[in-house]
Amino acid sequence: MTDQPPTQANVPAIEMTDVAVNAMRDPNTLVTEGINWTVNAGDYWVVAGLHGTGKSDFLMLTGGLMAPRRGRYRFFGEEMPIFEEARLKERLRLGVVFDGGRLFNHLNVAENVALPLRYHHNLSRTEGAAAVGELLECTGLTPWAESRPGTLGRSWQKRAGLARALALEPEVLLVDDPLAGLDPQHVHWWLGFLDQLSKGHRLMHDRPLTLVVTTAEFQPWKGHARQFAVLKNHGFAALGLWGKLEAASEVLVRELLTERTPTE
Amino acid sequence: MEKGNASAVSLPRVRLVVRLPLPRSLTSYLGRGLFLFLLTLQGLGAFALITLGVAISRLGVARKVVRPLIRREVYRAGLRLLPMFLFISAALGLVVIGQTVSWLTRVGAINFLGTVMVIVVVRELGPLVTAMLVLARVGTANVIELGTARAMGEVEALEALGIDPVHYLVVPRVIGMALGVFALTVYLILGAVLSGYLWAFIQEVPLRPGDYFRQLGGALSGLDFALLAIKTLAFGFIIALVTCYHGLAQPLRLEEVSRATVSAVAQSVIACVLIDALFITIYLLT
Repeated sequence: MTDQPPTQANVPAIEMTDVAVNAMRDPNTLVTEGINWTVNAGDYWVVAGLHGTGKSDFLMLTGGLMAPRRGRYRFFGEEMPIFEEARLKERLRLGVVFDGGRLFNHLNVAENVALPLRYHHNLSRTEGAAAVGELLECTGLTPWAESRPGTLGRSWQKRAGLARALALEPEVLLVDDPLAGLDPQHVHWWLGFLDQLSKGHRLMHDRPLTLVVTTAEFQPWKGHARQFAVLKNHGFAALGLWGKLEAASEVLVRELLTERTPTE
Repeated sequence: MEKGNASAVSLPRVRLVVRLPLPRSLTSYLGRGLFLFLLTLQGLGAFALITLGVAISRLGVARKVVRPLIRREVYRAGLRLLPMFLFISAALGLVVIGQTVSWLTRVGAINFLGTVMVIVVVRELGPLVTAMLVLARVGTANVIELGTARAMGEVEALEALGIDPVHYLVVPRVIGMALGVFALTVYLILGAVLSGYLWAFIQEVPLRPGDYFRQLGGALSGLDFALLAIKTLAFGFIIALVTCYHGLAQPLRLEEVSRATVSAVAQSVIACVLIDALFITIYLLT
């Protein structure tokens, strides 16, 4: 991926105009509509929504895994989703970390992380080992390299999913609800690691990564993410900086800030 | 890459119509059955074309990943089953020769032993038995593996990494199973022919090995070899295709995997028998 042209500053990484999202499981169900959203290269967005508001569907669409029901979604100026072989390179500038990791169960952790590298660069088992070892080390997975995903705890599966998404050195990384169900130690690790990625991690050759993260509450991201948005019943609102979030009077935003409303 | 679920996504309306409550009558039952059959046929046809398209267009892509996968599938659907097939071939030789020899000697037609062997084992039982056993041992595992992977969202994960699921999951299985069924049929036939002579020898049939093999050679034609190869490759291809289709082509939930396995096995058996019928007509015409 090192031979890609440098990102042009004037082309937004993600640009959505009046996008409507279908449910991934049932293409006939509308989840969210009217999304107008621009993500510039180097941004660090957190998109919050309660359970069932379609965070994952929204992320699947952003990840280019399904087409928008309506509207236009451009990724670095390219029409998404990309399914054609010819534009695959553009699409691989985007990495997706799924909720729960979604590792391939027939491969061990090291093989999971190695698969995208081996497939896209046509490497044998041994050829990609150095890069994989480094990815595993940075995510603290080295002791589990030979383990099958099924024997791993959920929090480590998530990390393996992250390592796998980073293997192709994407420019934009989408992370689906990374903090759900994690203990404070893991939460701390994720926030720290995503901060490093956003500033430029040595794994990514110190290139700052554009991040989009979904979550069920805003509070942990204070001081980490730079831009904030909410998914609310069938709609999407890009709020912007943390200050705007705190100034927002909407009940939902207050709830996502884990503050109780007076009626409760 | 969206091709994998194209057949499922593009047909929701027809599928809904098929599920509508209708009066319980024979005609609506038959009509529905016909509809579902045609839908399955359409889906399978599309899936077969996509698989062939991907296999050809991505030939040589990620060779160092796909080649080991093909080797693994050949092992899974071929070499690993060899011991069982040697046992089955001994049994098949006994069944065919052991039973027919006594009758052929009674009517003085022992000269037809080789012909019987060729018609029964080489043309019919060999390929069909192999296909059924491979279906039972590997085809079912295919549906369950792929169905579980689909239900757990692994297919979307592959797509997110820019890996074509058909190329990574289906093409190696199709190639491996086609080669596996072909190779196992050859071993099964060889084993049955040899064990057949052994059983005839034990029954003290006055038949020298030279005569036996001369009879076999006389009954075989060049066409038999060509058709055997095509038929077994077709069996392997179709079993892999039907099982992969049921595991992958439609969005599955975990609890639906068992139902998908059952339909995949039933449809594979029907498909193999239909192919077999097609080959019988070819044999009869020539």
